[in-house]
Amino acid sequence: MLRFIARRSLQAVPLLFLISVLVFALIHAAPGGPLDMYLANPNVRPEDIERLRAALGLDRPLVEQYFSWAKGFLVGEWGYSFTDGRPVLERLMERLPATLELIAGAIVVAAVVALPLGVFGALRRGGWVDHTTTVVAFAGISLPVFWVGLLLQLIFAVGLGWLPSSGRTSFGDGGMLDRLSHIIMPAIVLAALHAAAWSRFLRSSMGNAIRQRFVLAARARGVPERRVVWKHALRNALLPFVTVITMDAAIMVTGAVITESVFAWPGLGSLFTEALARRDYTVLMAFLMMTSGAVVFLNLTADVLYHALDPRVRVR
Amino acid sequence: MKLFAERKATVTAGPVLIGMALMAAAAPVLTPYLPDGIDLAGRRAAPSFGHLFGTDELGRDVFTRTLYGARISLVIGLLAAGVTAAIGVTIGAVAGYVGGWIDNILMRLTDTMLSVPRLPLLMIAAAIMEPSVPTLILLIGVVGWMETARVIRAEFLSLKQRTYVEAARATGMLPARIMVRHLLPAAAPAAVVAATLAVGRAILLESAMSFFGVGVQPPQPSLGNMLYQAQTSMATEPWLAFFPGIFIFLTVLTVFMVGSELGAMEV
Repeated sequence: MLRFIARRSLQAVPLLFLISVLVFALIHAAPGGPLDMYLANPNVRPEDIERLRAALGLDRPLVEQYFSWAKGFLVGEWGYSFTDGRPVLERLMERLPATLELIAGAIVVAAVVALPLGVFGALRRGGWVDHTTTVVAFAGISLPVFWVGLLLQLIFAVGLGWLPSSGRTSFGDGGMLDRLSHIIMPAIVLAALHAAAWSRFLRSSMGNAIRQRFVLAARARGVPERRVVWKHALRNALLPFVTVITMDAAIMVTGAVITESVFAWPGLGSLFTEALARRDYTVLMAFLMMTSGAVVFLNLTADVLYHALDPRVRVR
Repeated sequence: MKLFAERKATVTAGPVLIGMALMAAAAPVLTPYLPDGIDLAGRRAAPSFGHLFGTDELGRDVFTRTLYGARISLVIGLLAAGVTAAIGVTIGAVAGYVGGWIDNILMRLTDTMLSVPRLPLLMIAAAIMEPSVPTLILLIGVVGWMETARVIRAEFLSLKQRTYVEAARATGMLPARIMVRHLLPAAAPAAVVAATLAVGRAILLESAMSFFGVGVQPPQPSLGNMLYQAQTSMATEPWLAFFPGIFIFLTVLTVFMVGSELGAMEV
């Protein structure tokens, strides 16, 4: 097992290298490079630009710049934000908890929706629950995330006044209920895309599990049907389900960019849109690196989990 | 197996999609207003017979703007999917047919592109380039080819084992010619399905980019930037947020349904 983990981790290294090259190239593709923003500013004199260029090391060969950037990245020196001069790492880290909280909330919502739908869909294939989830699954992947966010705000915050329209807590409050009322809409919006897909996935893995011989054996032993379904079969069907959740958690980081901006949720996603509006390239680069790294890491985790949890999958 | 035209979802999704596309194409005939026709006397009017979807803060007809916006969205979606298909099919075909280290490099490239979150990547690229519509099409197309490449690679991997391909090889036909003449037609159905799904994804990406101000630029209406403008006045004029959104939703939904029907067909 350890050798398996080590081998898979080693495979991630070239991937991360290629990602870093891509991100680096993207930023330097700007006409003025990272200093693009200053070039457009008539108050910044050409000699200032030259001075900045030298001070920031932008006059060195690109390959050299890449390696010094990548080295800094590895040791946690992620540079300074163009807008407020603070370390980028610090800015990202202070936003991370909010995003993790939102993603956790979305996973809970999506799993709670997907679990019963997937199980009942598998038990009664072609039934109305099954048909409805198929339709809902299509709707889920076709909905523009930001529009769903706007509609929910319109209905539940503006119209009914049941929920706060944005933010993570009310001013001066921060109690459990207050936080819950803030997270509920963004979590639903972020979950919408995945809930339906997960229920389809669980439906197929549950469909496989229920036809296994150990299920037949359990029934033959006289185990009550409810127990057969929810314990014997579901336990096996959950295995691939968990790996899908792990992989999708990475995709949720992207969804969070939109969701957080619509709901003014103070996480990484809204930091990204703020940085984008100000062309704060160091923050943007770090964001891309961090989220891509999370994707690679979570895919790796899903892979390892799958092998660790299923005794039938032999680790070579 | 049922014919494509007999399937239930196609019966509903297909005509809806075609209908919306026709409406968008015929926009100048369908509406007496211009998309940027300002009418300050008739600002923020609720939907009525004169203005089916109401008017916005400058008195522009929302129905007209939605149709013109759908035009841009559909054009971007279709052409970006074309770019996606061209890149994806080429990369997938070469990787699948040639194999070896070339396959290895191309698949690592695919993995890399799949690991970088697509929307943020696009938004940064768009912010840097401040794109026009053609550049937008190119950008969206360039970040979306990975799924197509994987599908086509798998197709080519299995197709190249067939005896008729071996026979072609035995006659001394050049690999490029074999790929185009013998493998590509056989892989075409898979490519069509992948391209259809790419249309839906491209429309969603364009609308999100426009919503964040790095896509289609006002005053040219796009469904995404109309929603961006609707954000501020949503509480008092909800129709501004409702109609462009439902148009995006229905377009993408029907595209995906048609695509999955095509995919479910046995070919």
